[in-house]
Amino acid sequence: MGVVPVIIFTALWGVVGIVLPFLAPKGPNRGIVQCVLMLTAATCWLFWLCCYMAQMNPLIGPRMHANTILIMAREWGNEVDMTGFSPSPDH
Amino acid sequence: MGSLFRSEQMTLCQLFLQSEAAYACVSELGELGLVQFRDLNPDVNAFQRKFVNEVRRCDEMERKLRYLEKEIKKDGIPMLDTGDSPEAPQPREMIDLEATFEKLENELREVNQNAEALKRNFLELTELKHILRKTQVFFDEAAPTLSITSVRYMYQMADAHKEEEQVQLLGDEMRANAQAQNLKLGFVAGVILRERLPAFERMLWRACRGNVFLRQAQIESPLEDPSNGDKVFKSVFIIFFQGDQLKTRVKKICEGFRATLYPCPEAPSDRREMAMGVMTRIEDLNTVLGQTQDHRHRVLVAAAKNLKNWFVKVRKIKAIYHTLNLFNLDVTQKCLIAECWVPVLDIETIQLALRRGTERSGSSVPPILNRMQTFENPPTYNRTNKFTKAFQVLIDSYGIASYREMNPAPYTIITFPFLFSVMFGDLGHGSIMALFGLWMILKEKPLAAKKSDNEIWNIFFGGRYIIFLMGAFSMYTGFIYNDIFSKSLNIFGSRWRINYNASTIVENHILQLDPKGADYLQSPYPFGMDPVWQIAPLNKIIFQNAYKMKISIIFGVIHMIFGVMMSLMNYRYFNDKISVLTQFVPQIIFLIFLFFYMTLLMFIKWVRYSAAETGQFSEGCAPSILITFINMVLFKPSEAKGDCSPYMFAGQAYIQKFLVVVALLCVPVMLLAKPIHIMKSRKQAQHQPIMPVENGDAEGGVNQENLARTAEHGGHGEHEEEEMSEIFIHQGIHTIEYVLGSVSHTASYLRLWALSLAHAQLAEVLWNMVLQNALKQKGWMGGVALWAIFAFWGVLTVGILVLMEGLSAFLHTLRLHWVEFQSKFYSGLGYAFTPFSFDVILEQGSSGPVDGGD
Repeated sequence: MGVVPVIIFTALWGVVGIVLPFLAPKGPNRGIVQCVLMLTAATCWLFWLCCYMAQMNPLIGPRMHANTILIMAREWGNEVDMTGFSPSPDH
Repeated sequence: MGSLFRSEQMTLCQLFLQSEAAYACVSELGELGLVQFRDLNPDVNAFQRKFVNEVRRCDEMERKLRYLEKEIKKDGIPMLDTGDSPEAPQPREMIDLEATFEKLENELREVNQNAEALKRNFLELTELKHILRKTQVFFDEAAPTLSITSVRYMYQMADAHKEEEQVQLLGDEMRANAQAQNLKLGFVAGVILRERLPAFERMLWRACRGNVFLRQAQIESPLEDPSNGDKVFKSVFIIFFQGDQLKTRVKKICEGFRATLYPCPEAPSDRREMAMGVMTRIEDLNTVLGQTQDHRHRVLVAAAKNLKNWFVKVRKIKAIYHTLNLFNLDVTQKCLIAECWVPVLDIETIQLALRRGTERSGSSVPPILNRMQTFENPPTYNRTNKFTKAFQVLIDSYGIASYREMNPAPYTIITFPFLFSVMFGDLGHGSIMALFGLWMILKEKPLAAKKSDNEIWNIFFGGRYIIFLMGAFSMYTGFIYNDIFSKSLNIFGSRWRINYNASTIVENHILQLDPKGADYLQSPYPFGMDPVWQIAPLNKIIFQNAYKMKISIIFGVIHMIFGVMMSLMNYRYFNDKISVLTQFVPQIIFLIFLFFYMTLLMFIKWVRYSAAETGQFSEGCAPSILITFINMVLFKPSEAKGDCSPYMFAGQAYIQKFLVVVALLCVPVMLLAKPIHIMKSRKQAQHQPIMPVENGDAEGGVNQENLARTAEHGGHGEHEEEEMSEIFIHQGIHTIEYVLGSVSHTASYLRLWALSLAHAQLAEVLWNMVLQNALKQKGWMGGVALWAIFAFWGVLTVGILVLMEGLSAFLHTLRLHWVEFQSKFYSGLGYAFTPFSFDVILEQGSSGPVDGGD
């Protein structure tokens, strides 16, 4: 599961940065187009990778208010069974 | 290769032009715009040059055209601007043009003079008309039943009502006197500017000691001043006085106040007659004036059709003669000699243009274009298109690249918007910016045709491709930061789950999800930041700061390494093997062993340490990278924290020591190696005066590499005159700059983090303080409030977050490129190639008067 996004996005930016430069139109601007494509791919891929790796092994978990937790649980699909509980008024 | 990576290869050429063909050839070259002429008579005064007469004639023609243009603009006649540029006319056509302009100017001046005289006449008559009309009112008031002659005798009649006025007017004794002399009351009538009236009245009162009687009435409609066409408000006045002495005094005062006096008959019947006469004359004048205006209009409309065209022609002729003035006349006077810088790739095109010019002039002798050898530094010419131009401008505003030096512009096309977007990462703000840029790009032609004078708009329009790319990249980074107007998108489903049971949630105000257990699915959100962090206000900043600081340093170090690699390209291109060994190698080792190693530690920390692990690699044991790095440089052993080892991998302590020692050893190499090498080679040169001929192996004839090498050689020759001590000092400065710069520049890249944090926080504050208030309202009032508050929020978002924050991020990005990136390889000591081009001259010519107006 964890490897699939790495493969997908690496392949995506790999295509942009390695394959597309070969297909760049011939002409005086070919060099510029290649340079633009390769740099775009490199920067965007690395930026994505850093964000992915920063979250790969989290050292801390998000700290939230109980209210937010309840809303998050309901909206994002693993609802907490609240039968018998009523939210306390100070939340 | 005509690419942007390095400036074009240039060569100095000598051009021999036959006198008759010179004009046509230079005209063709001007259309081409690829040749920069050098001034061959720099000592000759501008007034003593060969074609000074022609230039002066062109100046005169231009002045006439400007006069015509001014008149056309005054009448608001649209000028036909087809946008095409006619070729420079033959020199003999100049006389025709001159004659045409002369005729037009004279005609127009004559018409204007006539019109002015007529208008003056018209004004006088109008004023007289008003006087007659207004004074009628005064007279009627003064004596409703009496005619003006009876006014004279009204004192004798001693009407009770009038008596009061007389007291005011003359005083008692005067009246007695007046009666005795059978007094005669005179008056003058005239017109005066309305604003002068109070002062005029006061002056009259004082100078005549209150013995005059002034009545005034305002002329409602403004009158036109014939000399400058301004609308002025005037008032009619009539002054009654008695005696000749007062009359002269009053007239003097009127003169002093520039009041115009008009004769006004005393008898009402005369006045009526006069008024009738005036009316008919005004009507006649109106017809004549209308005809004059029609004539003027016809002349101007005819001129407006051709005006732009004429301007182009005259400016081209002038530019050609200016250029011819730079040329040298050879001894036989048959031929003009020019020296010019030319891009090597375009020599063919230039020769074709010269041939065309010769054919056009009907000359039989072809022009000769000779390449010359020179030790001078050629100008820097980067061939840009509309896309790359804006980026080249960013680089050039720091300094024009030295000849054939690596040009950072092609890399800036991406790195600039990217680094900008790291600071500006927000999908919403980015899309606003990208859409604005896209709009300007799509509407490019109509917008460019408008030619606005608004400087700010021109800056935006000139940078439309930069703006679009900055916006597009900001959208990408906004996606990664998962920020859209400070909110997150949950596209792929958050990887964090709630496993707390209901009682825990109810009993605790604040809860933290545990990354160890089932709360975290153990695989990260696939694209960008997990949306859960946006709703975890209590430690979102802590988590994001750690992440954003790390990426700032990672990208900063890579950017700097890229810069140092560029210096390698420069050394290799200029065949400077010594600098590769003594400059590039120690520099790159220093950078990689210290700073790139630090970024590696970051990746290691991301991979190895996890809350899910226990023992050495648990979250409690994760060492601070900054502390590790500082300890490494200071050779301090890292202290163990409890059971945790301070090291991330085995043998780290030894590896770090090795890296630091090698990096530090690079410093003396940077400092001393090159000067010592220079010193040695000088000594060698002294021992064997015949230097090993470097040119010996370059047998390719006159190829450009050879030229470059000779130029390089020439550069060395100059170098040797430099004192050895100076070389040492220079090298010392460079080394200190590089070593300290590596540290400070790395820290400087932290601005990426700081601005990104500030931008995200500002967006969040704006949402929470403004828009949230509206969203919380209930009922139909909520809709109204939302409508109003959304507008406010929208204005602040565009004004502050997109425009101001965007500007600040732009400036920071500019700094990161100019200082942190370019200081690694870019000397920027060149001078720009300024070809003789009609396009440039015409653009400057048409914007010139506008600039002058500012």
